[in-house]
Amino acid sequence: MPSLQSRINTAADLFRLQETLQQRASSNNRYIAVCGDTGCSAWGSKSVKDVFRDCLEQKGLAGQVGMKFTGCLGLCESGPVVIICPEQIFYQKVQEEDVEEIIDKTVTRGEIIPRLLYQDVLSGETYTYMNEIPFYQKQKRLLMGNNLKIDPNSIEDYLALGGYSATARALTEMTPLEIIDEVKFSKLRGRGGAGFSAGDKWKECYDAVSDRKYIICNADEGDPGAFMDRSLLEGNPHSVLEGLIIGGFAVGAREGMIYVRAEYPTAVVKIKHALHQAEELGLLGENIFGSGFDFQVSISIGAGAFVSGETSALIASIEGRAGEPRQKPPRLAQRGLWGRPTVVNNVESLANIPVILREGEEYRRTGTDKSRGTKIFSLVGKVVNTGLVEVPLGITIREIIEDIGGGIKGGRSFKAVQTGGPSGGCLPEHLLDTPTDFEELNAVGSMMGSGGMIVMDDETCMVDVARYFLRFLQDESCGKCFSCREGINRLLEIIDDIVHGLGTPGHIDLLRELSVVVKDSTLCGLGQTSANPVLSTLQYFEEEYRAHIKDKKCPAGVCKALIHFSIDLEKCTGCGVCKKKCPEEAISGEKKEIHEIDPERCSKCGICLDTCTFDAVLKC
Amino acid sequence: MLEMTLNGLEIQVEPGTTLLEAANFYGIEIPTLCYDAGLSPIGACRLCLVEIGSPDRSRLVSACTFPAQKGLEIRTHSKRVINARKLLIEMYLATCPSSKTIQDLASKHHVTRVRFKQKHDDCILCGLCVRICEEQMQAKAIEFIGRGHELRISTFFDKKSEDCRHCGACMYICPVCQARCQGPQEKDAVCNACLNLEPPCLEEFEDAMCYMDPCVACEQGHEPRKGCSQRKEGS
Repeated sequence: MPSLQSRINTAADLFRLQETLQQRASSNNRYIAVCGDTGCSAWGSKSVKDVFRDCLEQKGLAGQVGMKFTGCLGLCESGPVVIICPEQIFYQKVQEEDVEEIIDKTVTRGEIIPRLLYQDVLSGETYTYMNEIPFYQKQKRLLMGNNLKIDPNSIEDYLALGGYSATARALTEMTPLEIIDEVKFSKLRGRGGAGFSAGDKWKECYDAVSDRKYIICNADEGDPGAFMDRSLLEGNPHSVLEGLIIGGFAVGAREGMIYVRAEYPTAVVKIKHALHQAEELGLLGENIFGSGFDFQVSISIGAGAFVSGETSALIASIEGRAGEPRQKPPRLAQRGLWGRPTVVNNVESLANIPVILREGEEYRRTGTDKSRGTKIFSLVGKVVNTGLVEVPLGITIREIIEDIGGGIKGGRSFKAVQTGGPSGGCLPEHLLDTPTDFEELNAVGSMMGSGGMIVMDDETCMVDVARYFLRFLQDESCGKCFSCREGINRLLEIIDDIVHGLGTPGHIDLLRELSVVVKDSTLCGLGQTSANPVLSTLQYFEEEYRAHIKDKKCPAGVCKALIHFSIDLEKCTGCGVCKKKCPEEAISGEKKEIHEIDPERCSKCGICLDTCTFDAVLKC
Repeated sequence: MLEMTLNGLEIQVEPGTTLLEAANFYGIEIPTLCYDAGLSPIGACRLCLVEIGSPDRSRLVSACTFPAQKGLEIRTHSKRVINARKLLIEMYLATCPSSKTIQDLASKHHVTRVRFKQKHDDCILCGLCVRICEEQMQAKAIEFIGRGHELRISTFFDKKSEDCRHCGACMYICPVCQARCQGPQEKDAVCNACLNLEPPCLEEFEDAMCYMDPCVACEQGHEPRKGCSQRKEGS
């Protein structure tokens, strides 16, 4: 029986090892999973995990009850999430002081602790088991589902779930062309945003003739509000690595690279660890599975430029130049890294590959005809259940926001959802039934993008949203193309005027005209889509722009230059709370007499509005 | 040889030719600010945009960087191209009105208004100076620094360069500091004079007065006309 230290030389070695690990896992299947992803870590899950470990040791349970500090379990809103396995009892917002009780009651005696259970905000119903929770019911977690069973630092956990079988199958039973055909047949489309067929991309690189080729995993995820790639790398790094090895074999690359942004230090640590483990077992290196295929993977860390996510800029960055996109053609499959044929795949696309090779049938049944499989969305903003959701493609946006996300937070009403990151668009209520499909989203003026989904309620000003994304793009444009650099500057200049009450009626037409030109005349994807925030907000929320320009009013009450605070003479009791809290000392009035706000001094911070218990502060 | 269609014309070019070179060879003028035949093209100014592909699935690309491809359909002066070019020129005027090159482009393209706030940035970041310094003078004394709206051209770490030989090539090639235009005043971005066949002097005089240098009308002490390029210093 192979021990973990020994090298895996053949596919049979792998299967034997998997079986051993499976047996070990099933004989000792009681464990506590504490979510260790960034969301839960921010809630304090690391110290919760430490307390669990100490407590188990103190009570002498360490041998019987395992601990896993897992990747993202999805429901970031309710962190730290703790799941007691194998029953999958779901506890949310677990604090250090709850740990002992959980061990004493749930782990030892099987009792449920009701106060830690997930409660649905709308129905008020509580749920005990993970699978019962509505948040998980509509999801199909092909990529993320295993996070619960995997400690990202443990290759054993991954192998016990049949990990690296897809690699073994690809390297020993299939030819590169067969792999490419299978990926093509699965209709996997690039998850980085463009939605290009992954199989076609590989075929192009496969066809290129060169003694050296490269495959690069693009982990330069930088959209505001998107974090699915990070979670995949941090939660299940071996699945991405497997995709990379299979891809390398398919296109004929013997060198792989993971380009990860410097802002993801934890992901870097986890991948490095995973690489090391795979190398030790002979899953990377020379003659993998005795197939004669050699494959090395290195890590390249970005220098903090969003535009480096664009493939040609990414390659420039790896080569040590400034991350600036270049003219394509020549395409990367013809001239990529160091002038050699190169294929660049997104993290999520690569994580799909082992699933396709292992469960191709199931995969092809998921999704729509043109876009198959699942897609991970990071559901954020004014929605009850924020977190990472993995859904079959083709599900409507309404289902994601209402059924999975649990609707709008705080009983407010829905206004828009922004999909596709800074280059995407904002969709209004009447388009919520749009399916999550590359073409359908493009048709309504938004895009799939990398899968960020920012939900906004009626307190969000759409002009301000466009301004936010333009500011982001202004900082992140590489600045080479005049149309993008100056175009974004000018768009922002006009929108700045509008939110400051200096808008003129001609501004809307000028914004439209300029947006079209910026879109048309810029080189790369960033520039071509940089006007989308303006175009889509103009398309669906033009009346809001008009209100800013014509009535000098911000309907959502966000743009400070266009809102005013005053005190309702009838409701004010003169309690003096607002006067005390006002940081600008703009409120005057004697105790028990009606107060007054000095508009000259008021900085419109809204503290008075929040503090007044008599609803006497008016914002208009 | 590669066969392509240029404005409906069947043409043949050598592989490796760019669309701009092809168009120029066939006598079609495409405006540029960042292109120079002796330097590698970077496609920064975006004025050389041309439309490629069949009309229903076309896109705009910069002709200076796009390589000729077999069967490509190219339109250099379609409505889409001209609209984009005109708006870009309008933005150039709003950014750097003191360049005679830009004023002349505006004049040629009949750009007569500027709807953006007037700035006087001078540098348009075309990168000609960076490239001539590196590629022709072999000095590499200047480089693009920063990113996005903070992009600028400077010496490394903004220190006095030891590689600079004071050859002046950067100033020679600059489309903005070369032949500085004295035309437009701060409030007025469009000059529209030098290349305008209708001289602005006609508003006041019976005949064009601007053939002479310095301008007779201005010399005679008349109020300089709107758009006249030959203004007196300090007037």
